[in-house]
Amino acid sequence: MKGTEVSWRNPSVIRTVAVAGLALLAAAFFAVALWTGRPVHADQGNAAAEQLDYASPLEVLLSPDGARLYVLCQQSGDIRVLDASTYAVIKTIAVGRLPRGFSLSADGKRLFVTNSWDDTLSVIDTGTLAVVDTWPVGAEPSSVVEDRAGKRLFVANRISGDIAVLDAATGAEEKRLLGGRGSSYLTLSPDGARIYGTHIYPNPSPFRTPPQSEITVIDTARAVVIDRIPLHFVAGVFHLAISADGRLGAVAEYHPKNLVPLAHLEHGGAFADTLTLFGADVGKPVEIPLDELERYAAQPFGVAIAADKSRLYVTCGGSEMVTVIDLPRLLRYVHAHPKPFAEDLSASSNYVIARIAVGHNPRGLVISPDGRRLFVANRLEDTISAIDTRTNRVASTIALAGPKTVSLLRHGEQTFYTARQSFQGQIGCASCHIDSTLDGLNWDLEPDGFGRDIVDNRLLEDLRGTEPFKWNGGNPDLPTECGPRTEKYFWRAENYPPLTLADLVVYVRSIPARPNRWRLPGRELTPAQERGRALFVRSVDKFGNPIPEGNRCAYCHSGPKGTSQKSFDVGTRKATDGSAMLDTPQLTNIALTAPYLHDGSAATLEEIWTLFNPDDKHGRTNDLTKDELNDLIEYLRTR
Amino acid sequence: MKKPAFHSFLMIAMLLAVAPQALLAAPASATASPAHHAAKAASAAPQVPASAAPQAPRFRFENFTTANGLPDNHVYSVLVDGDRIWAGTDNGLALYENGKWKVYTTKDGLAHRAVLSLALDKRTGDVWAGTMGGLSRISGGHIDTFTQLSSGLSNDVVYGVSVDGEDVWIATAAGACRLNLHTNQWSLYNERNTPMNEIWVYAVNATPSKVYYAVWGSGVLEYDQKTGRWDKYDDPDGENEMVLFKDQGLIHEIVTSVSYVDNILWVATYFGDSRYDGRYWHNFLTKDSGLPSNFTNTVKGIDGKRAWFGTDKGLAYYDGANWAVYRPSLTTGKPEMTVRDAQGKVTPVAVTTAPAHNYVLGIDFQGSDIWVATAKGLSHGIRQP
Repeated sequence: MKGTEVSWRNPSVIRTVAVAGLALLAAAFFAVALWTGRPVHADQGNAAAEQLDYASPLEVLLSPDGARLYVLCQQSGDIRVLDASTYAVIKTIAVGRLPRGFSLSADGKRLFVTNSWDDTLSVIDTGTLAVVDTWPVGAEPSSVVEDRAGKRLFVANRISGDIAVLDAATGAEEKRLLGGRGSSYLTLSPDGARIYGTHIYPNPSPFRTPPQSEITVIDTARAVVIDRIPLHFVAGVFHLAISADGRLGAVAEYHPKNLVPLAHLEHGGAFADTLTLFGADVGKPVEIPLDELERYAAQPFGVAIAADKSRLYVTCGGSEMVTVIDLPRLLRYVHAHPKPFAEDLSASSNYVIARIAVGHNPRGLVISPDGRRLFVANRLEDTISAIDTRTNRVASTIALAGPKTVSLLRHGEQTFYTARQSFQGQIGCASCHIDSTLDGLNWDLEPDGFGRDIVDNRLLEDLRGTEPFKWNGGNPDLPTECGPRTEKYFWRAENYPPLTLADLVVYVRSIPARPNRWRLPGRELTPAQERGRALFVRSVDKFGNPIPEGNRCAYCHSGPKGTSQKSFDVGTRKATDGSAMLDTPQLTNIALTAPYLHDGSAATLEEIWTLFNPDDKHGRTNDLTKDELNDLIEYLRTR
Repeated sequence: MKKPAFHSFLMIAMLLAVAPQALLAAPASATASPAHHAAKAASAAPQVPASAAPQAPRFRFENFTTANGLPDNHVYSVLVDGDRIWAGTDNGLALYENGKWKVYTTKDGLAHRAVLSLALDKRTGDVWAGTMGGLSRISGGHIDTFTQLSSGLSNDVVYGVSVDGEDVWIATAAGACRLNLHTNQWSLYNERNTPMNEIWVYAVNATPSKVYYAVWGSGVLEYDQKTGRWDKYDDPDGENEMVLFKDQGLIHEIVTSVSYVDNILWVATYFGDSRYDGRYWHNFLTKDSGLPSNFTNTVKGIDGKRAWFGTDKGLAYYDGANWAVYRPSLTTGKPEMTVRDAQGKVTPVAVTTAPAHNYVLGIDFQGSDIWVATAKGLSHGIRQP
């Protein structure tokens, strides 16, 4: 057969063989690079796949008398109870999968832990140090507080974006209050009258307008939301602290500059890392920068205020440090500068008095009752830094039990979270992929002109088999996506060391999909989901006309990940887009990834078809009734 | 088969309902003449002092209009939330708190300026507003909105909304909806999956046991929360105004409002009202009750025995035997209250205040006080001893 003849003289065959040979050489080099030259990798065998049982301490808190240090260990799924003086381990208490937040009851007798992957709350008796109850809660519970009366628990659920109110005795859910999108962190005011909630993804706002977030203010006694303090230009809000006198609140947050090209990193153009202060001490809420030229405070997360209001401490997960603020100086500066100064890189030198280097990815922190020690959880180092607050130095580093070597995976994760690789240490992968997910924003990434080729951020979960990358499908694999592209366009810095890039890729490929909250146990579908699935795979429209293969949902969104890994024109090109051909995005946990389309112009799944599919190019959908479209969406949420 | 003439009637009736000013342009006496005659008779009779009047609640009405803070005089809906009063007007959502009005508009994120319906989530304090352009939620002073393009909502004309537990039940111009607040799942109910002949759904009342929908031209739709089954109540006389046998069933197919309390269903239609106890129907017409007009926009039961009716000719109260009507006189415009006892005797009561207007669109209770949404102002009926 002519079609199968191979001629070694044929130039295309020669090209093919040459390319294949180069690819093999590159693969061999890559493999050797992984296998050799990484002295920090003690474990042998299949290094790329190794999953060592790290602790990954995420949060810390002290017993009311300061005698015990409780450490929430995310990866090992346990709470380590340490003697706060000797740091000896008293007990390790297993809880659920990926615990994320914890707090003590008002009387100190119970410790509540949210298990973010199990959607449960573990109740630990602090006397016996045993789990006495496990209660079901909402989707991805991320923090918990109890009211002063010990009657109610409040739980922030990240996926459902709400704050559940539970009976503190039985765990029975009374109701859920609307939180911000990605509701995650709760703080009880010192007088117990208010609970302040924050959320890690911005609330919906019109396309290409500044992101908007909020502090959700709850009246504890009535258990209702009484206010939402707006946080303009903010996306990514984390821990919040209130001073002991109740007059000052401070919340750690990201201030992304996603409306201007990211190519302007060298002009300080990606993020401002800030706090918003609120309360009687400042009057109106005011946003203050933590960054300084060449000393960015990337990924601010934990906040603590000294009891005497002399100091405010912020952990900066990407900069691997704790920022120390002189509070009286800060308040004087705020009062003397009534105009906004959140992006002023000269401001922080007026109130930041120390930047204390700690371990990899510092997160939660707590001040000892006597105010002399500050404990910081270094998540990706399995250590706790104990800082002497008088000298602002790390007095000791407490190593938690677990592997002492750094695996490829861990090194990759450290690389993902650190901001060291970028120009002036401004950003890391996790600045936009918060907690290895996304940020709910669309960005102007490339140096192709202002407002050109806007792209929506995509989820990183379960990426194997979803290549190529970028919305234009321009990057064939993760080494290209995470390497040259990121280094050149994002970091604006020198290249990764080759093995660092290799480890980063190993980590990104390992990020699992979170459990799908819309799928019933056993994977069966509800009637609505089943009807939607039939629409997803249909080949004939409602009028009996065959739907061309390329215009069926299941053709482009094929396979287990919901992508054919090919590019198509689905009629969504905007005047500012270079090409109409777009990579088919995978459908993994699609319910969590709003906004939608390549540029994030569809605020909801519905808008993909109600607003952006007038010609049926993004699948044949205009024959559907509204309830049928709802069914299709119910099915998509199960992916 | 649907009757074209009936559809034409529906269209006209809809216009009247959503644009009461159109109705007001016509002489008020053009319809429901028996009530009008009764009113005239009552006006002519000597008024008795309040202390000597038959037993009926008496109120001093304080009226709000644009003159004292309302954004618009056309008030479609009113909602009491403790000391706070929400008024859905033709030009924004108004909140009365601490003696002042605050107005939410589309600039604040409200789906549309015309707010047709309101519901309170008593657990969370969130307020849901059905508008001519979608459904809005007001929570902690922040508004977010659901539309037919951005969400699973079936239609942007939201005539009715009611909250029960984690479900928001919605009545729209194109079917009924339920939004589950835990899963964000939308369920749509229409002629394809319920016994709904028309999909023009005008009001909803959700309770832990039953959910009732008022469907224009398709009677009352009932959803049993326990079994998940739908049922339907129709006028046994079909789609016309005849009443062959009194109390045989629902008074008319054009249902405008439902209220379910103490296992009793109160129903308002444009051709009289009904009470259903699960076994027997009892109907109210101007000719055989104290109802001031058969054209009823809204009904709200206090309990299984007592209910308030909002008609095009005044506000009416029924206590199980006696009726009271509160309104500006149809002839003089002066404040008027009449009481009709079980024997049909009408007694005028001397009053100095009345609701802002006779075209009543919404009712809610604040303790023993009543709030009334009318086509020309919002009224606060302060209960008098």
